[in-house]
Amino acid sequence: MNSTTEQAPALSEARRVAEPARGSTPGAGPKKRKRSKPPQQSFRSRLRRDKQMLLMMVPGVAFLLLFFYIPILGNVIAFQDYQPYLGIGDSLWVGWQNFVDLFGNPDFVHAFWNTLYLAAWQLVFLFPVPLVLALIVDSLISTRVRRIFQSIAYLPHFLSWVLVIAFFQQMLGGAGFVNNLLRDWGMEPIPFMTNPETFPVMVVIQMIWKDAGWAMIIFLAALASIDASLYEAAAADGAGRWRRMWHITLPGLRPVIVLLLILRIGDILSVGFEQFILQRDAVGAGAAEVLDTFTYYTGVVGGGWSSGAAAGLAKGVVSALLIYGANKLAHRFGEDGIFAKQVR
Amino acid sequence: MASTLFTRKPRELSYNPKRPIWKEKPSALYQTIKAVVLVVFSLSILTPILLVVSTSLADTEQLVKAGGFVLWPERPTLEAYATIFKGPMVLQSLGVSMLVTAVGTILALFVTITMAYATSRTVLFGRPVILAVLFTLLFAPGLIPSFLMIRQLGLLDSLWSLILPGIFGAFNFVVMRSFFMNIPGELIESARIDGANDWQILWRIVMPLSKAVIAVVGLFYAVGFWNSFFNALLYINDHSKWPIQLLLRNFVVQGSGAADQLGITTTPPPQSIQMAVVVVALVPILMVYPFLQKHFAKGVITGAVKG
Repeated sequence: MNSTTEQAPALSEARRVAEPARGSTPGAGPKKRKRSKPPQQSFRSRLRRDKQMLLMMVPGVAFLLLFFYIPILGNVIAFQDYQPYLGIGDSLWVGWQNFVDLFGNPDFVHAFWNTLYLAAWQLVFLFPVPLVLALIVDSLISTRVRRIFQSIAYLPHFLSWVLVIAFFQQMLGGAGFVNNLLRDWGMEPIPFMTNPETFPVMVVIQMIWKDAGWAMIIFLAALASIDASLYEAAAADGAGRWRRMWHITLPGLRPVIVLLLILRIGDILSVGFEQFILQRDAVGAGAAEVLDTFTYYTGVVGGGWSSGAAAGLAKGVVSALLIYGANKLAHRFGEDGIFAKQVR
Repeated sequence: MASTLFTRKPRELSYNPKRPIWKEKPSALYQTIKAVVLVVFSLSILTPILLVVSTSLADTEQLVKAGGFVLWPERPTLEAYATIFKGPMVLQSLGVSMLVTAVGTILALFVTITMAYATSRTVLFGRPVILAVLFTLLFAPGLIPSFLMIRQLGLLDSLWSLILPGIFGAFNFVVMRSFFMNIPGELIESARIDGANDWQILWRIVMPLSKAVIAVVGLFYAVGFWNSFFNALLYINDHSKWPIQLLLRNFVVQGSGAADQLGITTTPPPQSIQMAVVVVALVPILMVYPFLQKHFAKGVITGAVKG
């Protein structure tokens, strides 16, 4: 892993040297020392040399500007009374008024708490599932069983949310397979999909169905990278199955668990946008309204551009703070987190 | 190597040779629990798929008898498919989805490959800049500003609004870039000495070496374009430009959602027709899945570890 990250600078350095040193003989001893400190080139000559490379970056950079950075700046309309026919330039600036209004708006406050509530459900009940699945799969001896299970478990990740919800409705909906069976057996149908009270459970089950298998991959990779001789030594010292899991497996997985938790926490306010928009009609806004759907219905559907943007911005800022905080906490516990990883 | 530690006889005389010698045989209880978890999880995934496919193929008689769903079509028929392909709606939306997926994937590969190659080699912008940019990509610009941008560009109700926002993915970029960085620098240097420029190097040297990763990233993009539904919900009003996912949402998900609320038990349109639409959206994914599955795990891990 380290060698590959070193490669790019090493290569470019070689290139930097190769061009001005055309006349001289390469490879001699003292030359090598010079190589570690490449001759300073002017910005213009470097620009000329990298011209084609820079050209190659144009499409990507254009994309990032158009669909990422400029829209980020577009968030300023959260501080305006944005009117589409006036545009950003001429709309009135209103300062923090949109945010004041938002937090006075019971719908927004409800969406906010509902988001946190659903996020907590996901963190507690969703996060451990792939880990447990990975431990089970890792303990399988037969590679065939293992491969078959993995093939099945990864599949739903590639299905769209529309398909997933369609599947759930056909299975568990009011006119779905299970309820038809229940009716046939003379029992009351159970409103799995439309009961607002059990909606958080349903959401978590849907997420497990779709992504738990996929999320297993990273844990499996981490498990495979744990040195088997550690287990052997521990077993020789008399550690049983659970001792080995506690003292070898879990510490070995700790960096991955922490990294995934941080990413999860940063993403936690996007509890699952498509999933909610697809089911909001069925369970009602009371249970399925989250910050993202609030933004969508207020802004795009209702035309309240500025309050929608303000809600989106509030969510973005809170998410950023959460990532930062979680990462700080990870450092406190002696883990890399995400930032240190990049500097290395 | 450490087998001298285990000179005593293994506890079981007949043990699985693949099991490491130090690993005790799990008790029957654990074995059962594990088996149940794996089987239940697998069945929960396979059953709905089987149910949907079977129902779409079942004939009316069996459907009526079974009350709407069948797990196995006794007399498979393609009637439901004939029905949905008779009207323009499904064909049109399939066409839209295919067009968006094809054009989107090609453009996305172009943007991602050029960007990944340039950032894997150039010296003008170093690693810190790229990492800083990648870090900002963890955040999202927000729904409303993105919508306003698309509207500003005049792309509302245009298929470009489904394509352009998806032509660059940070994750795919990282996977591609880390693969390019693993290509030996000597190869590129020698091509440069032979007088190739950067475009030629990319086209003649780097890309032929990266066929596998390009295929995987391309498939990731293709699956993404095929599955995307929210962009269409946001940007497309014109029914004739609906992609298949939006059609699915409006006819199947919302249709039966309404049935749920009303407590209607007899299904409004024949079940098999709805299911046929589901299958039409599902089949392309099932077709590329074996290929995806063969390669992605490696790609994902590279991306995850290096990111």
